[in-house]
Amino acid sequence: MLFSTFLFYQFAIFLIISAFFVVLSRNTVTSAMFLIFAFVNASALFLMIGAEFLAMLFIIVYVGAIAILFLFVVMMLDVDKKRQYNVRKYLPILSLISAIFITQIYIIAVSSLEPTKYLKKGYFFLSHYKINNEISNSKAIGDILYTDFFLQFQLVGLILFVAMIGAIVLTLKEKDKFKKVQIISDQVARKKKDSVEIVQVGSGKGVDV
Amino acid sequence: MIPNIDIIHFIILATIIFTIGVSGIFMNRKNLLNMLMSIELVFLAVNINMVAFSAYNQDLLGQIFAIFILVITGAEAAIGIAILIVYYNLRSKLDINLKPKMQG
Repeated sequence: MLFSTFLFYQFAIFLIISAFFVVLSRNTVTSAMFLIFAFVNASALFLMIGAEFLAMLFIIVYVGAIAILFLFVVMMLDVDKKRQYNVRKYLPILSLISAIFITQIYIIAVSSLEPTKYLKKGYFFLSHYKINNEISNSKAIGDILYTDFFLQFQLVGLILFVAMIGAIVLTLKEKDKFKKVQIISDQVARKKKDSVEIVQVGSGKGVDV
Repeated sequence: MIPNIDIIHFIILATIIFTIGVSGIFMNRKNLLNMLMSIELVFLAVNINMVAFSAYNQDLLGQIFAIFILVITGAEAAIGIAILIVYYNLRSKLDINLKPKMQG
């Protein structure tokens, strides 16, 4: 067995085991830690198949932001330690559904997704964003993302902005404190010399405030 | 690409993780936080599929789309945790038991 094949199986098995423990662990902190471990293994897999930028992005975004957010919330909310499971109640129907699902995907994948056949017919080459191995992965992604997908890129930024506003509005406690009220007479009575001072600053000297 | 590893291996891996995540959503009804973690696992499975197909077809479009999915995941985690905190302030527990006190 080649070493890289062995590495693939190792990372995949670690990923599956840690995903199991995310679901089944009794302590919430433990499952957050296993979530971090699962993401690290997934980014190792991404490194192996040549998506370096996404691997690093996964570690930064998931491990550095989302999993830490989960840990913060666990420590803030003081969730009760003992978690009752009704695994036994759900186990038959869940295992049945999972078995059917995995079998279906496996049959479809094996019967219709032989890569060599598709590569010969060229079905997957409808798009023209071919991977160029002479430039780095992050440069290739940047070349496409900031030119052809610029509109989508900005829309995604808008989605993040809306999510931020939603999170703040949902968790804000004192809603009256931050309400802006206009006092028209004060605004009209403002003079320029009360609010703005023009100072000539020499080089190397500060300004007395 | 990894020698001796087809895309089918990646599809099976992603399917197993997806199934674990969906099962976790059903099993962890007592804890909203673990349900959110299971949703993260589902997103991870989708991203593995995207990146694997992108690498095996030598097409960069999948990785671009994986970045967009990553952003959606971040937004979902932020909104989900905000809803969780509001829920905890209302009920002082994280149990998703819909029997009592659903008004309106």
